Amino acid sequence: MSALGFVGGHGMSDLITMDDLSNDEILEILDAAERLLPVANGDVYAPLLQGKVLGNLFFENSTRTRMSFESAMKRLGGEVVNLSSVGSSVAKGETLYDTMQMVDGYSDIAVIRHPRQGAAQYSADAIGIPILNAGDGAGNHPTQTMLDLFTIRQAHGTLDGLNVVLVGDLRYGRTTHSLSHALVRFGAKLTLVSPDSLRMPTEIVGDLQSYDTEVIESENLSGAIADADVIYMTRIQKERFPDEDEYAKVAGIYKMTVDDLAGAKSGMIVMHPLPRVDEIDPSVDSTEHARYFQQAFNGVPIRMALLCRSLGVEVPKEVSG
Amino acid sequence: MSEMRRVTAICNGTVVDHIPAGKSLRVMQMLGVSVGRSNPISLVMNVPSGKIGRKDVLKIEDRELTQEELDRLALIAPNASVAIIRNYSVAEKRQIELGEELVNIARCTFWNCITQDPREPLPHKLRVVSKNPLEIRCSYCGRSQTIDQLAESII
Repeated sequence: MSALGFVGGHGMSDLITMDDLSNDEILEILDAAERLLPVANGDVYAPLLQGKVLGNLFFENSTRTRMSFESAMKRLGGEVVNLSSVGSSVAKGETLYDTMQMVDGYSDIAVIRHPRQGAAQYSADAIGIPILNAGDGAGNHPTQTMLDLFTIRQAHGTLDGLNVVLVGDLRYGRTTHSLSHALVRFGAKLTLVSPDSLRMPTEIVGDLQSYDTEVIESENLSGAIADADVIYMTRIQKERFPDEDEYAKVAGIYKMTVDDLAGAKSGMIVMHPLPRVDEIDPSVDSTEHARYFQQAFNGVPIRMALLCRSLGVEVPKEVSG
Repeated sequence: MSEMRRVTAICNGTVVDHIPAGKSLRVMQMLGVSVGRSNPISLVMNVPSGKIGRKDVLKIEDRELTQEELDRLALIAPNASVAIIRNYSVAEKRQIELGEELVNIARCTFWNCITQDPREPLPHKLRVVSKNPLEIRCSYCGRSQTIDQLAESII
């Protein structure tokens, strides 16, 4: 366990932002996840992480991220200990630093979601076990990005040079912050569609524009559909708005129906990190374009691959029970 | 300087010159020389400067500021020049340097950063991403911070 103070940055085993992974590492992780698909499906049992314990720390609500991490760890033979802010000493006012000292002792790796931005990096500095960022405020959500990239590659066979449209809450949406950073590294052309009040933060747009690719900001979704390879819808996140009146002005601004997709390319996929409210009409679910439920499932194989990487366990070329 | 010297020369100590006008009180605060010290301190404010228009000058007797102490001033007086005085002569000239990381010098100004909780014990850290143009980000939350914002959150 660490003494009070700075442990010394995060090592190769942490995943805090997409900057922690090179393009080659991203592709290696996607390949490993591909090999782990039969394990994620439950067709093969491969106890690669037997004897290891995952600390699943959710200080904010989660369905998919929490469950898919737990499923990933258990399908690989590992164990999971859970913590949520309700029903723990966090509710009594314990600092994140103190909480993390316990986690350091109780588990071999930790996944953290926290409403405060920077909480994952702070945790990585506080203790020595690997930390995986599962969402820090409006900051980053790199494991979501990895499953998004996995889904995109499944559909298009490549990540290179795609035309991707990100739609909705780009100001507070951590999934789009992480995903956009990753996509420009693979030469994607990005169209950022949002109302003016929810535009992508300027420092992120500046980062994106420093790559040799096209980044367009727009308020118009319908004009972006025809050329898109991927349309990534997001929810307007009520919980991130400091002011309820501001939320009311933009709630429900983008609603995709099956009619909107009439002019879309045949291979175009519609993604969404979920949960959705009314951004995608259920009529879209049965089209060839809908990929969001597959995307949610892909959280299991990708998180298996990430857990293995952070714990220094190699995924065999042939995965068998 | 043709006009009369405003403050006499000091025998031993540190002279911090070319402080942006009006910032010298904050400089004293950051150096911890404003209260509870016995060293004589001379302060000149808002005098003409060929280099920066108007400037403040701070003279601290019988104390030689270390480079580490001086580097704390990089956020508010990055172009200040520093002279260490021994026996009325300039023994050393020092430059204030903006390092790659600022530890416990200023707080992140983003309202939802984890470091906004005053009970969290880890140090406040800011990363200098670029010196020209100057870009500073919180090492935890990654938010960009302007110098003006940071000058208001000096620790």
